Amino acid sequence: MSLFDYRVSELHNLLHKKEISVSDLVDESFKRIAEVEEKVQAFLTLNEEQARVKAKQLDEKLATEKEFGLLFGMPIGIKDNIVTKGLRTTCASKILYNFDPIYDATVVERLNEADAVTIGKLNMDEFAMGSSTENSGFQLTRNPWDLERVPGGSSGGSAAAVAAGEVPFALGSDTGGSIRQPAAFCGVVGLKPTYGRVSRYGLVAFASSLDQIGPITRTVEDNAYVLQVISGLDPMDSTSANVDVPDYVSALTGDIQGLKIAVPKEYLGEGVSEEVRQSVLDALKVLEGLGATWEEVSLPHSKYALATYYLLASSEASANLARFDGVRYGYRTDNAKNLMEMYKQTRSEGFGNEVKRRIMLGTFALSSGYYDAYYKKAQKVRTLIKQDFENVFEKYDVIIGPTTPTPAFKIGEKTSDPLTMYANDILTIPVNLAGVPGISIPCGFVDGLPVGLQIIGKHFDESTIYRVAHAFEQATDYHKQKPTL
Amino acid sequence: MSRISIEQVKHVAHLARLAITEEEATMFAKQLDAIITFAEQLNELDTENVPPTSHVLNMKNVMREDVPTAGLPLEDVLKNAPDHQDGQFRVPAILE
Repeated sequence: MSLFDYRVSELHNLLHKKEISVSDLVDESFKRIAEVEEKVQAFLTLNEEQARVKAKQLDEKLATEKEFGLLFGMPIGIKDNIVTKGLRTTCASKILYNFDPIYDATVVERLNEADAVTIGKLNMDEFAMGSSTENSGFQLTRNPWDLERVPGGSSGGSAAAVAAGEVPFALGSDTGGSIRQPAAFCGVVGLKPTYGRVSRYGLVAFASSLDQIGPITRTVEDNAYVLQVISGLDPMDSTSANVDVPDYVSALTGDIQGLKIAVPKEYLGEGVSEEVRQSVLDALKVLEGLGATWEEVSLPHSKYALATYYLLASSEASANLARFDGVRYGYRTDNAKNLMEMYKQTRSEGFGNEVKRRIMLGTFALSSGYYDAYYKKAQKVRTLIKQDFENVFEKYDVIIGPTTPTPAFKIGEKTSDPLTMYANDILTIPVNLAGVPGISIPCGFVDGLPVGLQIIGKHFDESTIYRVAHAFEQATDYHKQKPTL
Repeated sequence: MSRISIEQVKHVAHLARLAITEEEATMFAKQLDAIITFAEQLNELDTENVPPTSHVLNMKNVMREDVPTAGLPLEDVLKNAPDHQDGQFRVPAILE
């Protein structure tokens, strides 16, 4: 039994009854990290000293004050592409190996205001480019359910740390599936909010029109608590939306009577394994039993999403990553006689191959003579993909399918061919292109490996996603399973 | 016919300020060619009258009052610089 088997509302009860202290919760994190981190390798940097100081302060607050933040005393892990003042932030890249941020990301500021405790920074694919966390410039994170397998990516450290019980919550980021896919592989709950729901200020930009920060947690209720804290307009991010933030926790009514579910035939077709397909059909039966109905629909442009995504995301990345030039921060080569050589050598020595590949693809797609054929074409197809979702949401409340075509694959299995690795994200990428929110929750096991159910909602309708996910969670016990480590 | 030649890869690498070896140029040419060939399936779609999407939400030109605020302290700004002198970033010679 771990303290992190309790939900945040239960932990708050224990804290108020003085049965536990914030220091106990922080101790639980570092004790578990000491036990399993050697196997899982989820963390790049630990914040132990600061976390213990903060825990003591919060314990004093608990004894003397009456007002508490929504995540009071909760230990949390942060993906290493979200800047934390005074706590090393690397994006798992050698080019930022020594980067010490001078401000906090807005989400981190909000977590601090909500009295959460930062435990450390989590491993990822370099600059969030990847689906297995194998592209980290520093270490290999392993899936807690099977150490020979990947945790997914790019937020692999975040999902693995939560699954391994090292922290009850983590933040990830999702550009093409990077929260939902690792959540599926590690058997935890991961939400990519609507584009604009959560401020991106302080998230090191990969593809600015697609990136969103979101929570990875054990339960849907906990996920709603974290989203509550990090959501909302931010003057520092002009793409954050001026849309009211509803009370997400109160949306968890357990009632989905009359809910209309769309199941795209493209999400259960070619490339999706039979076992994953079966898990999703079983999940739909559970939801039917709770009063929902489902029908097959079509998102006809789904098969074009992958190509569209790689052109657009790489183009945006090629511009965003121009800032890493060895001048203002990060690594600088020792082997350069002039400025041009310094730029080129610094970037070549600092970036890994996947990052270089995408920068070059993006530079090519944006270059004179190719812009219309590749970049602009992809922007037009993006419109068609977005319209597919709008058409379905005219008649249905949510779209449901698998999160990934298969459960977690073996380490090294897909590293030799970039396109094979990319194909992992065919079911998550359309959601980013349309900007709608999506969650992955555990819906079964295949040979001991978790399977993720993806629930997609309308723009800014995270409440309905949470309501459906929570109702399913109450009716099943997949979320209570824990890996043996 | 390949979509991207080794010479083009070297040109793109230069534009992206990346130094690549001959061996890397060959590898990237092969990989980028496969990705670009895959991406050309988009040509199956007639998009003549489809407007491009650069942003998914219906918002544009987000404005704010132009009120001066304090910038970052110089010490913070230079803290992560690989090299600096007299309050400025220092770089190798621009001209030989």
